Amino acid sequence: MDTLFGITGKDFVITAYDSKAVASITLMKIGEDKSRELNPHTLMLFSGEPGDGVHFSEYIERNIKLYGIRNGFELSPRAVSSFARRELADSLRSRKPYSVNLLIAGYDVKTNKPALYWLDHLASLADVPFAAHGYGAYYCLSLLDRYHREDISEEEGIKLMQKCIAELRSRMILNMPDFVAKIVNKDGIRLVQL
Amino acid sequence: MDTLVSKYANSSSAASFDNEEHIGDSLTGWDAANQFAIPAFDIPMVGNPVDFLRAHTDASAENRIRIQHGTTTLAFKFQGGIVVAVDSRASGGSYIASQTVKKVIEINPYLLGTMAGGAADCQYWERELGRRCRLYELRNKERISVAAASKILSNMVYDYKGMGLSMGTMITGWDKTGPQLFYVDSDGTRMRGERFSVGSGSTFAYGVLDSGYDYNLSIPDALELGRRAIYHATHRDAYSGGSVNVFHVKQTGWEFKGNFDVGELHWEYQAQPKGPIV
Repeated sequence: MDTLFGITGKDFVITAYDSKAVASITLMKIGEDKSRELNPHTLMLFSGEPGDGVHFSEYIERNIKLYGIRNGFELSPRAVSSFARRELADSLRSRKPYSVNLLIAGYDVKTNKPALYWLDHLASLADVPFAAHGYGAYYCLSLLDRYHREDISEEEGIKLMQKCIAELRSRMILNMPDFVAKIVNKDGIRLVQL
Repeated sequence: MDTLVSKYANSSSAASFDNEEHIGDSLTGWDAANQFAIPAFDIPMVGNPVDFLRAHTDASAENRIRIQHGTTTLAFKFQGGIVVAVDSRASGGSYIASQTVKKVIEINPYLLGTMAGGAADCQYWERELGRRCRLYELRNKERISVAAASKILSNMVYDYKGMGLSMGTMITGWDKTGPQLFYVDSDGTRMRGERFSVGSGSTFAYGVLDSGYDYNLSIPDALELGRRAIYHATHRDAYSGGSVNVFHVKQTGWEFKGNFDVGELHWEYQAQPKGPIV
C-alpha cells in the first residue's frame, strides 16, 4: 500500500510519496509519479485503487487549470481542496465511486501561509499541520506529534521527513525504496533530494 | 394489400430524404473522426453488467463461458530499441484451448500491443485502438505518439472499470521521442517504463529478465534474452507454453523475429552449457 506524507512549516509544505507501482506481488516500477501540480502553488498527492488516483487527480488538475485560465487568477489551496472534496463526495454517492486518498499541499499567496489538507476516500476533509496516508501513517503520526512545530524551517522539515522515512525503512515489513519529496512555498513547487 | 404497400413504402430511398436529420447529414458531410470526438460507450442491456458477466463465467454457471487467462508476456527497452516476447498458450481453467495464439497484436506498422488476461478484451480493445490511431493520423497528418495511444486505450477501458474487463497489456512503438513502452491494464493503470512482464508467468520471466538485463545489450543478445525469459516462464508456469513469438521494435517500425516451439527450445537449452554466473 502506498504511503503519502505532508508536513507544514513556517512558510512551506514538504510532501513525500513512495514511488513504487505494485501489481499484486510484483513491483512493476520504481519512479512512478503519485502527484499532480494543480496550479503553480498547489500540489496533490494520491494513493488508493489503481487507476483511480491518476484519473481523479488529472480530472481535478484540468478543472483547476481551466479555472485559472478563465479567471486570470488561481484558486487558493483551500478553494482547491473544497472543490476536490465536493467532487469526491459526489462520486461517493454514484454507482462507481473513486477510491482515492489525497493530500493537498499548497501555499496561499494571498495570506502568505502554507496549507495542508488531508482528504480520504470517504471525502472527509481536514486542515492539518501534518498528515500521512497508508500504513506509513501508523508509524509516523506519533513521530510527527513528538517533533513537529509550527515554525520549523525547510531544513528542519527535510530532516523530519527523513526521520519518518528512516522509521519506515527500519520497521515496515515492506521494502521502502525511494521516496520522492516535493516542497511547496512562495516560489512554487520544487523537487528536493532527501 | 394496403399493409403490403405501407411496408415497402417505408424502406424506399425517398423516405430517407423526408427525414430532416438525414438531410442535415448530407449537407455537412459525415465525419468519421467526429463520431468519436465525445466518448460514448455501450454497455450490455441488462440491469447490472457485473452480475450478468458473473452469471455466465462462474464455475457454477450452467453453460459456463471460460475466459482465457494465463500468459507470459514481456517487453523491454534497450540500446537497439525494444524487444517484445510472448508465449502462445490459451487456457480455460485446466484445459489448454490452444498452443498457437498470437499474443502480440499488431496495432499498425509502428505500434505493438501484447495480450494478457481476457483474449477477447485485448483483441477487441487493441483493434479499436488501432482504428482510433488511424483516425488520428488522417486528421492530423501525423502519427500518434505511443503516450497518446496508450492513454486512449487506458481511458477506454477505464470507462468500463469494475464491469469485468480483464486485460494487462504493454503498448510499444517508436515515435518522435524514440522508443516507448507503456503498461496499461483494465484497472485503468497506465505507466511508462523500461522493462515489464505481464501475466501468470511474469514472476518467472522477471527472474531471468532482470538478472540478464543490460541496457547496452546487442540486438541478437537482447532478442535471445527475451526468448529465453519466456521459455523459462513456460517451463515453470503451467498456464504458459506453446511457442515463443519475438518482435523487435526499431525506428522504422516493428519486425517479427520468429516463432520458436518451447519443446524444441527446451532440448536446445539443455544441450548448451549454462555458462558463467555474471
